[in-house]
Order: sequence, then C-alpha cells, then structure tokens
Amino acid sequence: MSLGLLTFYFFAALAVVGAVMMVTRKNAVHSAVYLVLTFVAIAAIYVQLGADFLFAVQVLVYAGGIMVLFLFVIMLVNLEEPRRYSGGRLHLGLSVALTLILFGMLATVFVKDAPVSSVAVTPMAEGNLQMVGWLLYRNYMLPFEVVSLLLLVAMIGAIVLGRPRA
Amino acid sequence: MTIPTEHLLILSLILVVIGVAGVLIRRNVIIILMSIELILNAANINFVAFSRQWNNLTGQIFGVFNITVAAAEVAVGLAIVIALFRNRETVNVDEMNLMKW
Repeated sequence: MSLGLLTFYFFAALAVVGAVMMVTRKNAVHSAVYLVLTFVAIAAIYVQLGADFLFAVQVLVYAGGIMVLFLFVIMLVNLEEPRRYSGGRLHLGLSVALTLILFGMLATVFVKDAPVSSVAVTPMAEGNLQMVGWLLYRNYMLPFEVVSLLLLVAMIGAIVLGRPRA
Repeated sequence: MTIPTEHLLILSLILVVIGVAGVLIRRNVIIILMSIELILNAANINFVAFSRQWNNLTGQIFGVFNITVAAAEVAVGLAIVIALFRNRETVNVDEMNLMKW
C-alpha cells in the first residue's frame, strides 16, 4: 500500500469521525468544531486529487467563513437543552430505519453499477488554478454570473430577515 | 498515488448517510443546517472524484458552484434561525409549529 493511499485513508477516517461526532455531540459549539475537522480533512483529500483551487476555496469559505458564521449564530442563540434528539423513541427508530434504507439503496446502486475502476491519470500541463480560471471565465461565464447574482440575493435576504422589527 | 475512485465514492456515501441521519434525528436547527453542509460536501467529493476519473475539470467548476450555493443557503438559513429565535425564543425544530395545523 502506497503512502498516498495511506494518507487518503487517514484523512477519510478523520472526515468520517468528525462527521459522526458532529451529529452526536450535545453542545452545538463542539459540533461546529468537529465539522471544521471534517472540512479540513476533505480539503486535504482535494489536494490529493489535484484540485488545488477547490482546496483553497474549501479552507477559506467553509472552514473559515461558513463556520465562523455558524459559531457566531450559536453564540447568539445558544440555549442549554436537556434533549438533543427530536421526537420520541418512535421518531428516532423511524429515522434510523430510513437512514439505513437510504444507505442500502445507495450501496446497492454502487455495487451493481459502479465498477468504474480508475483510469491512469495524466497530470495536466498547466496548473490547476490556471485551468479552472480559464474554464470559469470562458466556458462557464453565464453560470458564474448567475451564481454571483444568487449570492447577492442571499445577502439581501439575510439582511432583510435578520433586521429587527421596526 | 492513485486513489481508486470507488474509495472516494464510498467516503462520499458514508458522509451523505451521516448527514441525513443528522437532519432526521437532531433537534437543534443549527446542527441540522450543519448536517446539510455535510451532505453538500459529500456531493462535492463525488464531483472532484469524477473530474479526476475522466480527466475533465468541469467537475471542479461545479464544485465551486456547489460551495457558492452552500454559502448562500447557510446565510439565509442562519438569518431565518435568528429571526425565529427573536420571535419564538427557540432553536428546536419540534417547537417550530407556527404553520402547523
């Protein structure tokens, strides 16, 4: 087993552990910190896959921006809660059953159709950043503009929703 | 250093299932939003994995769009949480029954 594969397994395990801890922790701040762990581990996997630009965006936007937003809101609305799971035992059992069914369905599709088996990857001549920038501003100009409009709308929406009542 | 694409898909599958479980069982709406972020990240891993598999950067472009949409979603979602907390003094989904008959 090569070192690269071993590193991938390490970060994958880190991501899964962080995700499980995020869902099960009682304190929302702890959940947020474990989610940061997951995001950083996923960013490391992006580096291994040669997606340098996505690595930078993942660290800056997710582990930086979005998680700070989460922590800020947790500090604003934090309430100590005796119960962490919603509903009664029936709700919990039903949720777990549904999750397992989803897992089974996805795994079935995977086992049946997925032997994609890796092709030999030829590294690109130019850097990843250059190629992504080229594609983003040439081939995907219109989606890029639409997504920036979406961000503007979300920003205005957040301001309107978060504004105190007059 | 070639990671098999199947292993990336398995990682993504596990993260999606954990995220769905979080959305279904947790009571705190902020943690539900975090679980949704986890699901979006799992989709992103798939995009990047297949981008490498077919040696085509379009998957990474869609990954960037995915992250943008996630940022917009979380901004509006957290604004709704704050507005709700201001009105109802709660962040629990089972107490958000204003529009339930």
